[in-house]
Amino acid sequence: MSTKEQNLYGILAEFKNPKELTDVAKTISNSGFSKFDTFSPFPIHGMDKAMKLKKSKLGWIVFAHALIGFIGAVSMMYYMSVLDYPINISGKPFFNAPAWVPITFELTVLLSAFGAVFGMFFLNGLPKLNNPLFNVERFKKATDDGFFACIEAEDDKFKADEVKELFKEAGATHIDEVYD
Amino acid sequence: MSKYQYVPEPALVKGDHDFASLTRLVTDINLRPTPKAWYLCMIGANALLMVMVVAIGYLIWEGIGIWGLNNPVGWGWAIINFVWWVGIGHAGTLISAILFLFRQDWRTAINRFAEAMTIFAVMCAGVFPAIHVGRIWAIYWVFPIPNQMAMWPNFNSPLLWDVFAVSTYFTVSFLFWYVGLVPDLATIRDRATDKIRKVAYGTLALGWTGSNRHWWNYEKAYMILAGLATPLVLSVHTIVSFDFAVSMIPGWHTTIFPPYFVAGAIFSGFAMVLTLMIVARKIYGMKDIMTNDHMEKMNIVILVTGSMVGFAYMMEFFIAWYSGVEYEKAIFLLRATGPYAWAYWAMMTCNVLSPQFFWFKKLRTSVGFTFFISIVVNIGMWFERFVITVTSLANDYLPSSWDYYSPTIWDVLTYVGTFGLFFTMFLLFLRFLPMVALAEIKAVIPQADPHNYDEETGEFHKPKVEVPKPQSEKV
Repeated sequence: MSTKEQNLYGILAEFKNPKELTDVAKTISNSGFSKFDTFSPFPIHGMDKAMKLKKSKLGWIVFAHALIGFIGAVSMMYYMSVLDYPINISGKPFFNAPAWVPITFELTVLLSAFGAVFGMFFLNGLPKLNNPLFNVERFKKATDDGFFACIEAEDDKFKADEVKELFKEAGATHIDEVYD
Repeated sequence: MSKYQYVPEPALVKGDHDFASLTRLVTDINLRPTPKAWYLCMIGANALLMVMVVAIGYLIWEGIGIWGLNNPVGWGWAIINFVWWVGIGHAGTLISAILFLFRQDWRTAINRFAEAMTIFAVMCAGVFPAIHVGRIWAIYWVFPIPNQMAMWPNFNSPLLWDVFAVSTYFTVSFLFWYVGLVPDLATIRDRATDKIRKVAYGTLALGWTGSNRHWWNYEKAYMILAGLATPLVLSVHTIVSFDFAVSMIPGWHTTIFPPYFVAGAIFSGFAMVLTLMIVARKIYGMKDIMTNDHMEKMNIVILVTGSMVGFAYMMEFFIAWYSGVEYEKAIFLLRATGPYAWAYWAMMTCNVLSPQFFWFKKLRTSVGFTFFISIVVNIGMWFERFVITVTSLANDYLPSSWDYYSPTIWDVLTYVGTFGLFFTMFLLFLRFLPMVALAEIKAVIPQADPHNYDEETGEFHKPKVEVPKPQSEKV
């Protein structure tokens, strides 16, 4: 292996099942690592606590988008129907608030949905063109039936041998070095 | 033996499946060579699609005079088909969003499938309002974009609310569907062996790794989307019903319309999901995932919503009589006994009578019978929209202007043609995208729960069902 040109990205270990992965996530986070991740084909119940994940910020992103949708919809209709070109329709008021409810609602929902979807991808750093983990052939199982944990070399506490030892003790079935 | 028996929740996935076998079951369909039968179906669907293209082309060339519309009846098959298709779409959102909020895990087997149906049904629905405007080249007037008249759309009009409601609905349904698809596209990307699939699925999967830091935001996004889609789906059919209810036509101007339309939409949509599911699960061997238990649960939804629709029909009659308005009373009598009585009774038989058979367990668990009723229900729901639209217009306030409405061949061809659009899209979906939400169904099998593994050995054991002791019967 020519480690000279390749940088070590981290150590990747495979585990047998969701329980072992949750257990190792607890061990890793309790050992004080912060740059680590676990990978599974589906979200595992209780993994957030095991990894000590902070509450997702997505709710705030969606709320901000909802406000933009709401204010945007009302001001659009106000500008068009009251300021720019008021038209008398059956003697109804130009600022016809009850009739504007449906469109205000729809645009609020539309913008919130944009916020939820694109905000989620933004928080996750996706789309991502390449990921060093994909260099490990075995990692393909992560979207099928594999359960993986990875501690990144960037972590201050990272020492390759100790990390491997930690994984081995936790019952990893395979341990791979991941190179950039 | 006590009178009461504990009935454990049936397993969501039948057979002896683990994660890998579920992956194979679902994604092998996308990875294996295209079957010949698929091409045959595609030829049929494309032929129908061409019928639609020709019918619309002639319409644009000649104008809406080619349809059967006449003087009192200015709204015919176009609006009927629009409401019918949009209504069908609603079941997909109900399954994906509302059942998600209610933690109904059985939805995972059918949600992808039903959401796809939603998107394609809304596409078919969208065709009709777009083409019925007559001068289709001026369709952009419905959007708030500057035009040569310097005028803006009329925000007081229900038809404009419809534009916003349906386009928002389509966009949000599509995003929801795509978010659900991303992890499964990554699964296909990782299983694909040829270059084209690797690049195509890899691009669409956006670099998804299954990271639990990502899942954490992902699940949050999914829940927020479900929370947004729930009021959205109710609002869409409410606004569709406003197209009628906000007008002054007898038989339309009623406050029962929004809830009644929403119930009808779910009723017809579930029937359509069943029609498609029963065929697809047989062809693709999905009976372990889309089980008879699912079918039974959906039949119960059909029974409930069908009864709500039946209740609404009777309530309309009661209110017409109770209101004391002459025209209102007359229109309802004419619906049941007038020139369109045949359509009214077809509607009553299909929508009110036929779902009542599902009170019997034997019938709601019978595949053949369910398939039959699912088609009957959709015929009935088409007639419902026909009765609402046509009877009220054909016999309005002034008897001297009454006229009988019949469609022309072009009405029929346009409608039949939209099935071509629907099935073309659906066949492409079945071929190229995973038809079951794989990541979600893996999460609901017992192997996914860390609690089902032995604390000492780490081996999987099936969860024990604890049967609660029945309380003393004296109480």
